[in-house]
Amino acid sequence: LCNQTHKSDIISTVEFNPSGELLATGDKGGRVVVFQREQETKSEPQRRGEYNVYSTFQSHDPEFDYLKSLEIEEKINKIRWLPQQNAAYFLLSTNDKTVKLWKISERDRRPEGYNLKDEDGRIRDPSTITSLRVPVLQNTDLMVEATARRVFSNAHTYHINSISVNSDLQTYISTDDLRVNLWNLEITDQSFNIVDIKPCNMEDLTEVITAAEFHPQQCNTLAYSSSRGSVRLCDMRKQALCDTHCKFFEEPEDPSTRSFFSEIISSISDIKFSHSGRFLMTRDYLTVKVWDLNMETRPVQTYQVHDYLRGKLCSLYENDCIFDKFECVWNGSDSVIMTGSYNNFFRMFDRNTKKDVTLEASRENSKPRAILKPRKVCVGGKRRKDEVTVDSLDFSKKILHSAWHPQENIIAVAASNNLYIFQDKVT
Amino acid sequence: MRYSYQRRTCAIARAKMFPKGTKRKFSDSREEPVAGGEDVNQSSLAAVRMLSSYSLQRQSLLDMSLIKLQLCHMLVEPNLCRSVLIANTVRQIQEEMTQDGTWQIMTQALSAANAAAQCSADRLVATEVLCRQTEAAQGEQVPKPFPVVGSEGCPAEEVLEEEEEAAAAEVGMTMSTVSPQAPTSYLPGTFGMDPCWEEEETGEDDDDDDEEEEEDSEECGSGSEGEERERDSLVEDTRTAEQVFGTFEIKNPAPSPDPALEELFSDVDASYYDLDTVLTGMQSVPKMGPYDLLESLSSHGPSPLSSSTSCRSDLNELDHIMEIIVGS
Repeated sequence: LCNQTHKSDIISTVEFNPSGELLATGDKGGRVVVFQREQETKSEPQRRGEYNVYSTFQSHDPEFDYLKSLEIEEKINKIRWLPQQNAAYFLLSTNDKTVKLWKISERDRRPEGYNLKDEDGRIRDPSTITSLRVPVLQNTDLMVEATARRVFSNAHTYHINSISVNSDLQTYISTDDLRVNLWNLEITDQSFNIVDIKPCNMEDLTEVITAAEFHPQQCNTLAYSSSRGSVRLCDMRKQALCDTHCKFFEEPEDPSTRSFFSEIISSISDIKFSHSGRFLMTRDYLTVKVWDLNMETRPVQTYQVHDYLRGKLCSLYENDCIFDKFECVWNGSDSVIMTGSYNNFFRMFDRNTKKDVTLEASRENSKPRAILKPRKVCVGGKRRKDEVTVDSLDFSKKILHSAWHPQENIIAVAASNNLYIFQDKVT
Repeated sequence: MRYSYQRRTCAIARAKMFPKGTKRKFSDSREEPVAGGEDVNQSSLAAVRMLSSYSLQRQSLLDMSLIKLQLCHMLVEPNLCRSVLIANTVRQIQEEMTQDGTWQIMTQALSAANAAAQCSADRLVATEVLCRQTEAAQGEQVPKPFPVVGSEGCPAEEVLEEEEEAAAAEVGMTMSTVSPQAPTSYLPGTFGMDPCWEEEETGEDDDDDDEEEEEDSEECGSGSEGEERERDSLVEDTRTAEQVFGTFEIKNPAPSPDPALEELFSDVDASYYDLDTVLTGMQSVPKMGPYDLLESLSSHGPSPLSSSTSCRSDLNELDHIMEIIVGS
């Protein structure tokens, strides 16, 4: 096993397509790797649903902005799939500045039987060709090719942190620190700015947009989160520029826990609408919160991801870990939510039973078909066997990105340059 | 090596940082006055210790934050969200310090030490000082700024400790020479950078740390010979440039309700530093760019900053400069 971690192999985004058949990962080197689920076969039922590499392509390359003297990273920040409408698959992938629409298609046939070339491959003199031969399609080995169908560029001054496809399947939004832009998938030279929080005087800047997402069913509704811990819901029908929100979700601060780090840990790193469209989940540094869209004053549920870090905020500020952006995901039925933590731990919370579990994504603990053992972080004085103390946590091993299959209990967890796929045990 | 030098000075500085008189002063503002030094009873002594420990922590958090702001502006693509969060933290600390009077004391001390330091020949940080001539319009002597030495390349904790100490050393030194002066502001300076020439070098870097180290090297304006040497060495050997040079500039506050706060984000010469530039690292107008670098290299003399209305770059010259640096 090669133990070297190349920086460019670090996975920066993970996403299942709407059917769950495909799983895409993007990495720091600008590459996209698409996995496809094996079809179930009666002869090998134990190989149910394994994901194998289907396509690999270079989505983005590093660029240099000469005007600003800045390098534009090729790291893929987000991938979002479009629902499948024909034989080909489409996905949007983005780096800091440019969104691209990729078409992934299969080719397993080739026309053969041309009589236009001789055996060496040289083109024959047309005057020597006396008969008409219609080429016949022959089966060939499967070829999967990815082509960039659209490039949406030059619309963002700041770094793109999110993209979200609208339920109308015609438009999508791309979001940077200060603006949200609306695009039509067909049109690359125009985009509409629908949210702009840039102040006239940049010295007044105290808040940035951290994530944005379209509502899964209402094509006019979108939500965006801020570094101050609030979420704004906007209705695009009301006005062209959605600077005023319809709803404003923010939990009042608990004065007893106030510190200099309060604002930083309240910054929302990810938002996700539930599949049902009734709820919205937000992830800040220490918690995951579930909000009912009808209640703006406080979340309906708050889950502690790693509250034992609350006493270590100063160190985490010092080493910058406090700025880590963790993502969160719903399962298909919205009954379980999942998010990552440090030490390659990730957490799942069952909203109905109120039970939670901590699991670890690591090679030592994951043999094929072995059941993951729950992990525990010891917060008190006495450490039990198998427990991990807070001080021994490896803060360089963080699970920022994960995905849940839209229907089944299959999860994909990215730990640095490794992708772990876990499934429910087949009974 | 500079780091060990800073450590030594820091040890001295820390001892002086909160002289007993100062401590008492802080505690006085909070509690009933303590008469003399002998009548302090146990509980108020404990309170004083707690308060000064809090003040120390708060100060170190402020220093850390300012360093982070400086460093992040030297990275290739500064993360705006992170910058804003750090800046808000600094603002919070500053507000609290203003309320309990600490802020004014600190800025007074800094300006005093500033003035004092200018005269002394064997300044503790002679080789690191990067001068910047500003306020040519104000017609006053250039106050020497305080450098912050740090590195992104080293293990974070180790480095940040050193940076903290370095910054604390600076502050400490100045606080030990408190003398009443006009209130001044504590300003992190030099958000401008000239990454052009650095980035050309960093293209082949495998190690992320090296890359960051190089980008951390920073130029600031024109000025002293020490700075000339600094620049020369930086140009010649960008790969070993491990240190971040920033400046904390002292200036008179503008007569506005929150001068110190604004100073965090603005500069004397407003056209010179735009927060947009600062927070996004945009160098569309490379004010301290390769321009000044090459100018000063050739002229070997301080070029007044006001002359860098030539800081309006045009692309041709920028390309030309990059050619030179890349050595094509």
